Parts: sequence; structure tokens; C-alpha cells
Amino acid sequence: MALIEAKNLSKSYGAIRAVNNVSFSVNRGEVIGFLGPNGAGKSTTMKLLTGHLRAESGCAIVAGFDVSDQPVEAKRHLGYSPEGAPAYGEMTVREFLRFAADLRGLADPAERVRATLELCRLNEVAAQTIETLSKGYRMRVGFAQAVIHDPAVLILDEPTDGLDPNQKFEVRRILKDMAARKAVIVSTHILEEVGELCTRVIVIAQGEIRCDESRERFLQRGEDLNQVFRKLTA
Amino acid sequence: MSSSSENPAPKSAGLSAFGAILRREFAGYFRTPLAYVFLAVFNTFAVSLAFFVGNMYEAGVASLDRFFLYHPWLWAFLAPAAGARLWAEERRQGTIELLLTWPITVWQAALGKFLAAWLFLACALLMTLPVAFTVGWLGDPDWGVILAGYAGSLLCAGACLGVAAVASALTRSQVIAFVTGFLACFILVLVGYGVFDELFAGMLPSGMVDEIRRLGLWRNLEPFTLGLFDLRPAVYFVTVAFSGLGLSTIIIERR
Repeated sequence: MALIEAKNLSKSYGAIRAVNNVSFSVNRGEVIGFLGPNGAGKSTTMKLLTGHLRAESGCAIVAGFDVSDQPVEAKRHLGYSPEGAPAYGEMTVREFLRFAADLRGLADPAERVRATLELCRLNEVAAQTIETLSKGYRMRVGFAQAVIHDPAVLILDEPTDGLDPNQKFEVRRILKDMAARKAVIVSTHILEEVGELCTRVIVIAQGEIRCDESRERFLQRGEDLNQVFRKLTA
Repeated sequence: MSSSSENPAPKSAGLSAFGAILRREFAGYFRTPLAYVFLAVFNTFAVSLAFFVGNMYEAGVASLDRFFLYHPWLWAFLAPAAGARLWAEERRQGTIELLLTWPITVWQAALGKFLAAWLFLACALLMTLPVAFTVGWLGDPDWGVILAGYAGSLLCAGACLGVAAVASALTRSQVIAFVTGFLACFILVLVGYGVFDELFAGMLPSGMVDEIRRLGLWRNLEPFTLGLFDLRPAVYFVTVAFSGLGLSTIIIERR
């Protein structure tokens, strides 16, 4: 059974068709690199999958639950970090993660917070308020709240955006460690990430899927990934 | 991270989610100095309006009706101030996208937020208890009436907060949420004093004008402060509070 299924998803903003009849499915162990130019419909597709937006037509299924019919069940199995990793700036990292754990009704919230701080290497800033953190730490906090319940499905909207190379490496390392047990979608416009992180690539442009294939096949499209990208999204 | 999502949280998770929201929102008021400013402003105005404008002392009556007389004005101003952040802040910070993709219904989130704000207003109100004790020390008031007055004022606060919740759900700016919420509550105060009677008289039958006047906040708070037991004002406040809560929830659901 696929852990994520998008079936003919469509969504418009006024006259603009942001996502048009998008379908794909993701199995356990797959890490999807979700590529596309800005405004291609990546974030909108993710918002449809996570239930933040309602699709006009089609449906999104997470861990076997329809996101619009059984939203709470679907969301229990879902970890999601929206673009820019929003968080309650006035809370400390520890308080924020404890809030996420309590809200999810996790069995041993204190232990989950401890383990997640450890996993995401946030211990040294645990007592700092989130608004005082650097961008790298803030992105990691967003990532931490998405994995605190060890979800089967992980959807990350540009998790490495604005990070320095060391920080990017760190996020990829954590992701790789847990990827085998999960279905993961990572949106990015950093093409090198495809080779290092993903098992499969979906390219989206103007709200439509332009290519959906394994990493190996995608990398065979050409030496210069930037050129491949331009051709696919033109 | 031993247990995995194959064993999701139990069904009672809804209650723990609601509790987590309530705790976070209530504690949220005290994370900034704003809460203390709010409590100070409320108390200063509640007491000084009663004594200096309402001449409560000179009246020489052991009752709090002159104290509660100004509460609709206070709540019209301060409930929107406390309620402005409810949704506007979530929208501004982008955290609404987190909150609504966590396993919680919009209703649970909205109710948790609303009750936390109401609880905060209740704290402000409780801090005026020394006024009641002073009256008790100076004279021999009817404590049942005073208790009813406090209950009425708290319900009135809830009604203003319902209006404020709608204003907050409509915008990402706390300032706009506050100003529109205040204006709407202000109109509810003025309606009761017949300010718009002439305006309505030209358009509506006279019976209707009287009915509209009944929608004023003080009109509904007054029976409480006089110790008159009447269900209608209580129903009025609760209806406004929960209609506001419901409407704000629908706005957020359909965003």
C-alpha cells in the first residue's frame, strides 16, 4: 500500500490554475524530490496533501486515510514542515516541542522531546526562544516538530532553504537516517539535492507533472541538471 | 524514538490536544508585558470610573451597580485587545499552517483559544475583588447581588470576546483585528443607550426599534447588577459569545 496517494488533485486561486490534475503515489522507503520553478504548484500540492487546503477535485490519501474525510486520523501519521518553518517565536525550543508532543497526545511527551532535541541537535538552544534563533536553527526546529511523533509520512517544504552547506548536510543526514521507514516528499529547487537525497524525482511546472521517474533515470537525462530542469519546465 | 506511527495516539488525544491549546494560549498572555499592562489598565479604569465618574463613594450605597455600570465600555475596549491575537497572530506568523495540519479539529483549536482568552479576562475581573471587599467593609451589601454582578460582567466579557474572535479571524493584522472588534463592540454599547434610535425610527416600525435597543450590552448587564433573576440577558450574552466563536471557526475553516 502506498503511504501517500494524490489522485487527480486540482486547485485554483481565482482564475489561476495552481495545481492541475496531479496524481502520484509514494511508498515506504521512497524519498521524493519535488522539483519545479517558483510558483509551479509545489507548495500548493503539499498543502493539499497535508489538508491545509481543500482540493477542488481529486483526493489526497495519507497512510490510508482520506485527508478531507478523516483529517485527524490522516494528520496523526503526518509530519509537515511548511515553507519557512513557521513556529511560535515567543516560545522556547523545548516549550514548542513539548506543545507539539502534548497536542499530538504522545504517550511519553518528555521523552519524545528529549529524543527529538538530540536527533536534531537542538540541545544547545533548547532554552532559547525561537525568535532569537538563526535561520539554520529555526529550520531545524520546524523539522523537529515534524518528526517528533516519528510519522510514517513526512512532507517538507524547502527544508534546506537558506541554510549554509554544513547545515544542509546536517538536514540531509538526519533525513537519510530515517528515510527507509517512511514515505518522504521534499520540495527543493536545489538540483544537487536530487543526487544526494532522493530516490525518485517529480518535476512540476505550471501546475502539472512534467516528469516522474527514478533518480537514476533523471540523472541520465543529461550532464547539466540545470539545463535538464530548464527543458522540463519550459 | 522507539514506538512508531504504526501505533498512533489513542482516541482521547482530542482532549489532550484541546488542553494543550488552552494551556499554551493562556500562558501566551503572560509571555509578553502586554498582559500586565492589560491587567493594570483594566483595574485602573474599572476603579477610577466607578469612583470618579460614577461617584460610587458619594452615593453612600453599599452596592456595586455603579462599578458594573462602566463594564460594558471596558470590555468593549479590552476584550478586542485581548482577542486580537487569537487568529491574526497565527496568520501573521504562518503558524496557522502548523496548527491546522496537526491532528486537531478547527473546533478544538478555536474553543481552546477562546476559553483561554476568556479565562484571562476573568483574571482581570477577579483582580477587582478588593472593590467588593471595600464595599463590604464600609457597609452591608447583598453579596448575592454582587456575585450576580460579577457573573454578568464575565458573560458580557465573553460576548465582546466573541465579536473580537470574528474580527481576529478576518485579518492577519492584530491592529486591524483590534480596531474592527472595538468598533463592533462599541456599537453594541451605543445601541443600548438609544443612540441609533432616530436613525432606525425612519426605517423600521417602532416595536423593532425597542427590540434593537435591547441588544445593548448595558441593557443586558443591568439586571444582573440589580440582582434581578432573568434568563434572557444570560442567553443573550452566551448567544453572542458562541455565535462569534462559531463564526470565527467557520471563517478559519473556509480560509
